[in-house]
Amino acid sequence: MSRAFSRFADEVFVPHRLAMIAVALGIVIWAALSMRWHWIPRYSDLALQGIWRTLWLLGLSCLIGFALAVPLGLAQAAGPRFLAVPARAFCTAIRGTPLLLQLWLIYFGLGSLFPQFPWIRESELWPYLRQAWPYALLTLSLSFAGYEGEIMRGAFKSVPGGQLEAARSMGMSRFAILRRIWLPQALQRALPTLGGETVLQMKATPLVATITVIDIYAVASRVRQDTFIIYEPLLLLALVYMVIAGLIALAFKLLERRFNRGMVM
Amino acid sequence: MKKLTLLATTAFLAAAGMAQADQVRIGIAAEPYPPFSSPDAAGNWEGWEIEIIDAICTAAELDCVITPTSWDGIIPSLVSGRIDAIMNSMSITADRLQTIDFSDPYYNTPTVIVGQRDMEMDATPEGLAGLVLGVQVATIHQTYAQTYFEGETELRTYQTQDEVNQDLAAGRIDATQADSLALDDFLATDAGQCCELKGAVAHDEDILGAGVGAGVRKGDDELREAINRGIAAILEDGTYDEITSRYFATSIYGN
Amino acid sequence: MFDWLFALWPGLETTANLLSLQPPGWGGNLLRGAWASLQIAAGAFALGLLIGTFGALGKLYGGPVTRDLLAVYTTVVRAVPELILILILYYAGTDLLNQVLRAMGQRPVEISGVMAGIAVLGVVQGAYATEVLRGAIQSVPRGQLEAARAFGMGAVQTFRRITFPAMLPLALPGLSNLWLIATKDTALLAIVGFSELTLETRQAAGSTRAYFTFFLAAGAIYLTMTLVSGRIFGWIEARYRRGQVAQ
Repeated sequence: MSRAFSRFADEVFVPHRLAMIAVALGIVIWAALSMRWHWIPRYSDLALQGIWRTLWLLGLSCLIGFALAVPLGLAQAAGPRFLAVPARAFCTAIRGTPLLLQLWLIYFGLGSLFPQFPWIRESELWPYLRQAWPYALLTLSLSFAGYEGEIMRGAFKSVPGGQLEAARSMGMSRFAILRRIWLPQALQRALPTLGGETVLQMKATPLVATITVIDIYAVASRVRQDTFIIYEPLLLLALVYMVIAGLIALAFKLLERRFNRGMVM
Repeated sequence: MKKLTLLATTAFLAAAGMAQADQVRIGIAAEPYPPFSSPDAAGNWEGWEIEIIDAICTAAELDCVITPTSWDGIIPSLVSGRIDAIMNSMSITADRLQTIDFSDPYYNTPTVIVGQRDMEMDATPEGLAGLVLGVQVATIHQTYAQTYFEGETELRTYQTQDEVNQDLAAGRIDATQADSLALDDFLATDAGQCCELKGAVAHDEDILGAGVGAGVRKGDDELREAINRGIAAILEDGTYDEITSRYFATSIYGN
Repeated sequence: MFDWLFALWPGLETTANLLSLQPPGWGGNLLRGAWASLQIAAGAFALGLLIGTFGALGKLYGGPVTRDLLAVYTTVVRAVPELILILILYYAGTDLLNQVLRAMGQRPVEISGVMAGIAVLGVVQGAYATEVLRGAIQSVPRGQLEAARAFGMGAVQTFRRITFPAMLPLALPGLSNLWLIATKDTALLAIVGFSELTLETRQAAGSTRAYFTFFLAAGAIYLTMTLVSGRIFGWIEARYRRGQVAQ
């Protein structure tokens, strides 16, 4: 601990860094004193709810997306043609079009078909179809699956063939090979990119505000509309996202350290 | 070094295109808001308000150019100088007057609730309790609904009124609050058959304002007075009534 | 000509009419929007490369202050959603520029939507380009640079004749990815009301209520743009790899 601290201190206590930190502090103090922040207490509850919604949309969509990415990657790397081609087409389409367009296609495009099918309103799914968040979750998950599916394809392919052959010659079943050798190694290869991909996914979440989901971005927009204060909510919002990005990076660093323990590099 | 900076600035300015000295950029929202302003397939804007802008500018001898921008950023655009005036069915309210100035009003319309035909509701907080109400962001309707309906009623905020109408037709929301003239137009379409007029909301001058005016930057009195002259002139010489008669059955000037 | 097809599939005729290039079809608007998107993407990509080149050189060879400032720039841009950066830069950028001009005694200017879009996305692209180019420059073998120095080449000459050509093939995959991001990020300008492909699509969809048709059509246009540019980048990469020792 003390060694880590002294290393940290060595990095920070350099004259030019101290000067820069002083300037940064000056800017923060100036911003705190001369900009308008009186709205914060009034919106703090709403903001916390918004942050929570952003976080669970992010976490859940990454989980679902990753669960889809594994079969997508496997199908492309080793699947038969009738699986590999659709998987490839899916990844290409997702990666080749803007997320905003995908979101609007799924929310407004599907919505425009509802009036033609009156039975939809009687169906059991209707309470969910009426809300906006299922569409946001679906679109974000599919998007993550598309990008991560491409990475998993590379990861599956990069596992040395010799290991798989050795396992086969030992009489392991195909499923056992996948579960015990192929998948763990592919996952280990994909893990370093996963943190970066999760940050990219976080940066995509504010788009859901355009389909009426009230995430932290939507809360900041509301402050902007209610008070006509333009920059302050945006700056605070940028800070919130930077903190979340920092936490994601930290979490993946710890995860990677744990995952790599005992692995020969 | 100084020379280089100057050169770079000049090059940048040349590329950016200097605004012509006397051109007035009229900001409108870049999305359909029939019958006031909507784009046609050829990329032109048309509608009652577009014609009125034209008439006012001609009467006031202003060289105007229509500049589409995003509705929820239209006031920041005005304040930061991307546009010079807002003429996009924006009501004159006390809140907005803290940030921008307004010309004299050029039309006025009641605020109404339109909802699903097969649902019982009226335009009161009790009548809307338990329902889902859609409003356009950054409008007097959003402020009004937040003040009177939010809590008992679930509010959904959309970027455009067009998207609210679309979700009303899809059945995702039960009702919307908006200007009666814009909703009349929607109710006349195929998609609007889902719904009907449920009544006008109780008036609140502070929130709903005193009619629609042209928004200008604070202190831009020259432009504000020019627009006022234009409005007075087209009301005087009958141009206003002529344009209105082609879009609406009755006068929409108010009072 | 297509009568038999329309008879088979009645919906197709409506779709064809909606997407027709001549008004009242909206196809022309979509293509105009696509052209605007491409212009902005190209401008932003070029600006990003320019910023990225200086950023990478600054990170590698700059003084400690330059390096730290560049680190702040790349970290912030890569951690904050593009949408928020666009909103901040789009409004604040115009405001600041005009205040500076006023202070210099110049007249305020109007910045066209295209210029603002290019500037905003270029700043975002610049941060990613800095990292891509830095990685590529770093992987140029040290010996080559030392040899150049031994020949008496100056810093600029070394960069132009040795570092740049040697790092280009290494940077190309990253740059091609950045170009794809640039084309897709132009869609975000729809939110600030700039008439590029996504906003034109939304206008067409809203005016005709054919949401599904237009969003799918726009998707096809974006996909075409990315697939074609992917091919072009692949071709350039193959050209530059020629003569290089395979890794």
